[in-house]
This record gives sequence, C-alpha cells and structure tokens, in this order.
Amino acid sequence: MIEVRSLVKRFGPKTVLRGLDFEVKQGEFVALLGPNGAGKTTFLRILSSLSRQTLGEVKIAGYHLPHQSAAVRRRLGVVSHLPLLYGDLSAEENLQFYGRMYGVPGLVERISEVLELVGLTARRRDLVRTFSRGMQQRLAIGRAILHDPDVLLLDEPHTGLDQDACIMLDDVLRQVAVRGRTVVMTSHDLARAQDLASRFDILTRGRIQASVRQSELAADGLLAFYRQTLESNAASLKEVKPV
Amino acid sequence: MNQVTPFLRALGAVVWKDLAAEWRSREMLSAMLVFALLVILIFNFALELDPVGRANITAGILWVTFTFAGTLGLNRSMAVEKDRGCLDGLLLAPVDRTAIYFGKALANWLFMLSVAVIVLPVYSILYNINLFQPGLLLVILLGSEGYVAVGTLLSTMSVQTRTRDILLPILLFPIVIPVVVAAVKASGNFLAGLEMAEIQPWLNLLIVYDVVFTAVSFMVFDAVVEE
Repeated sequence: MIEVRSLVKRFGPKTVLRGLDFEVKQGEFVALLGPNGAGKTTFLRILSSLSRQTLGEVKIAGYHLPHQSAAVRRRLGVVSHLPLLYGDLSAEENLQFYGRMYGVPGLVERISEVLELVGLTARRRDLVRTFSRGMQQRLAIGRAILHDPDVLLLDEPHTGLDQDACIMLDDVLRQVAVRGRTVVMTSHDLARAQDLASRFDILTRGRIQASVRQSELAADGLLAFYRQTLESNAASLKEVKPV
Repeated sequence: MNQVTPFLRALGAVVWKDLAAEWRSREMLSAMLVFALLVILIFNFALELDPVGRANITAGILWVTFTFAGTLGLNRSMAVEKDRGCLDGLLLAPVDRTAIYFGKALANWLFMLSVAVIVLPVYSILYNINLFQPGLLLVILLGSEGYVAVGTLLSTMSVQTRTRDILLPILLFPIVIPVVVAAVKASGNFLAGLEMAEIQPWLNLLIVYDVVFTAVSFMVFDAVVEE
C-alpha cells in the first residue's frame, strides 16, 4: 500500500531524511518511533503530500507523489496533534465542510455514522471550541475517516491528552484499524504504540534503523528493543565519528 | 463539466465555512467595522472642513478606511486557518487548490463589501454627503475585488511567517497602489459628477488590474501553499 525508496528531504543545508526506505502492506498498523528531530513528522508530511521530497520515490496505493497527489489525497486520512477543525463550527458542520471538500456521497448518513463511531453523537450540534482536547481529537479522527480512506496517517495523536482521553482515543483507533485500513502512526508513547500497532519501525537520523513485528518482540517488549536500537545507533555513530 | 463541479463544490464549501464561522464568532467583521468607523470618525473631527473640502477628500478617506480595515480582515482570515492547522486540512482535500484560493478570496470580498455597506451610510450622515451613487458602488465592487485578489494570496504567504501581522501590509500596500489610486480617482470623479469620459480610464485600470491580478493569483497559489 505504501512504498518509499531512497527518500531524501533537505531543508536548505540540513538533511532530515537520508535515503529512507519504507514499505507497508494493506491492513498493517505501523508505529513509527524515534527521538525528537528524527524526521518522523517530515516523513509523514511527505506521505500526506503536504511536503515534497528532495529525492526518492514515494508511492501510495499505486500513485506516485508528488505528481499524482490529488489521487493520493483522496485515499488518505490524516490526523495530527493539531485538530484541523474549526472552533466556531459545530462537530456536524465541520464534518459537513470536509465532506463537501472530499465529495463524500450520502453525506448526512455518513456524518451520523462517523459521529457514532467516535462517540460524539450527543454533541453533534455543539461548537468545537467547547470540546475538550480529547473530544476534539476524536472528532479529528472522524474527520480523517469521513471519506473512508484506505490509509490513515497519525502524527502523535495522543499529544496533550490525559489518560482517560488516550484510552478513548485508542478505542476509536482500534475500531478504525480493524476495518482493514492501513495505518502509520508516529508516537513517543511506547506503551500505547505496543498496544495498538502490529509493526514497529524506529526512525533515527533520517533512516529506518530497525523494524520488528508485534509477534517477534522479545519478552522484555518494545521499550527494550527501542533502547537497544538507539544505543547501537549511537555506538555506530561513535565508531564513525569519535568525539 | 466533470472537473468544474468538484471545483465549484469545494469553492462553495470554503465560502460557506468562512461565512458560517464568522457568523458565529463575528471576530473579523466586528474588528474591521470598529476600525473603519473609528477612522472615519477621527477624520471627521480632525479635518474640520467646509462642505466643498469634505466632498474633495471623501474618496481618499473612504479608500484609506477600506484598505486598512481590509488588511485586518485578510490577516484574520488566514490566521484562523493557520492557528489550528486547518490550512493543512484544506490542502489535504483532493481538490484543485485554486478552488481554496477563490473560496477564501470570495469570502474576503464579501466581508469587505459588508464593511462598505455599514461605512457608507455612517459616512453619509457624518459628512453630509450622498454616497449612494451607482458609479461609486461599481468602483467599490471593482476596487475591493482587486484588493482581496492580491491580499488573499499575500496573506497566505505572510501567515506562514512569524511576523505575519507586520509582513502583510508591507507586502500588500506597494502592490495595491495602482488599484487604490484608480479607485480613489474614479470615486472622486463620480462624486464630483464628472463626465464618463474622464472616469472611464480609471475604471479601465481597475478592470485590467482585477483581471491580471486575479489570473496571477490563480496561477501561483498552488506554488505559494507548497512548502
């Protein structure tokens, strides 16, 4: 579903992604982990067509980026740590607006279905600015799945949420993923990632340094794998560039 | 036709969204209106003019008011999109991005015209001048169209910087000088009751400016919103 080959992204003299390779099959839920500044958000912005790669090939659902970006965008749902919602519109009006932008057929029924899925039916006519952060994030997921996309890109969706809101958000994400969608989620929360994803890729210094499936994780879990990857990466860097 | 329908649907959605959000908050329009009314009030007290003097400066005061109030609206219109990440939400939609530009520009135009609808009667009362002349209304339509065509594009650029509030007028005012000059001249000539032959060149300039800058904005908007 997603194929990325030798992806390079430069901002002026700074190279953020350095020949990144990445592949996700349909229905997989991949957690993209890594320290701050590793390039996770930049990578997701390229996948979502909001940014152009400097070099390399990006293919989603058979369409190339950036040349076929409209076709890719039709198949994508994106959730970021910002809600991408209008505070002065109600939940229903926000979905109406995005539904019209995406040309969603049977919009009225689809909005009811999505609001039910994210548990906001009772608040459908309330202005989004009166929502808690957790409710806004659930509505953001509703907005992202409104047009029934094949691929969901989630950029740190748990940022700023309290524990209860995180648990509710996870329930929604599980329901969304169980419908056969391909999901790529960046996160700093290893426990949540381990709970949700079927594969874990660790991105540091602009490349995927390690990848492991849920079934292949050792008994000491994702945290140990993550630490081990970062430590071995740091050690290999020291070998190349002794301080 | 198949391409036009999604374009118009997206354009309509953006206009509807901007109007509905503004109807709820009234943040932008109230700021523009209060500013515009304050400007004409200050000019009224600052320039103690006789009736002839008032008639002579009316076009200038009106366009200074519209221009500065319009800048407030343009800044606010794009800031709303940027601050909650909604600009990304718009750009993620699988539509021709120029539909987003035209939707925003049309909404900004409507806001500017709404300000004019309030300012004109207030100005007429304060300065004792009849501004309800079809010619003047035509100039306001044409002048504000050119202004928002450029302003919407430049506010999309400036909103992505840290100094957006300062940057927009610095970028915008030099480019809108032709439209403001033409609008002031055409408005003044209409109010002075001059012959159409003397007004026509300024109207032509307004029309050419509108067409050229709307076309340029249409062509470059996609590149402007690209990172």
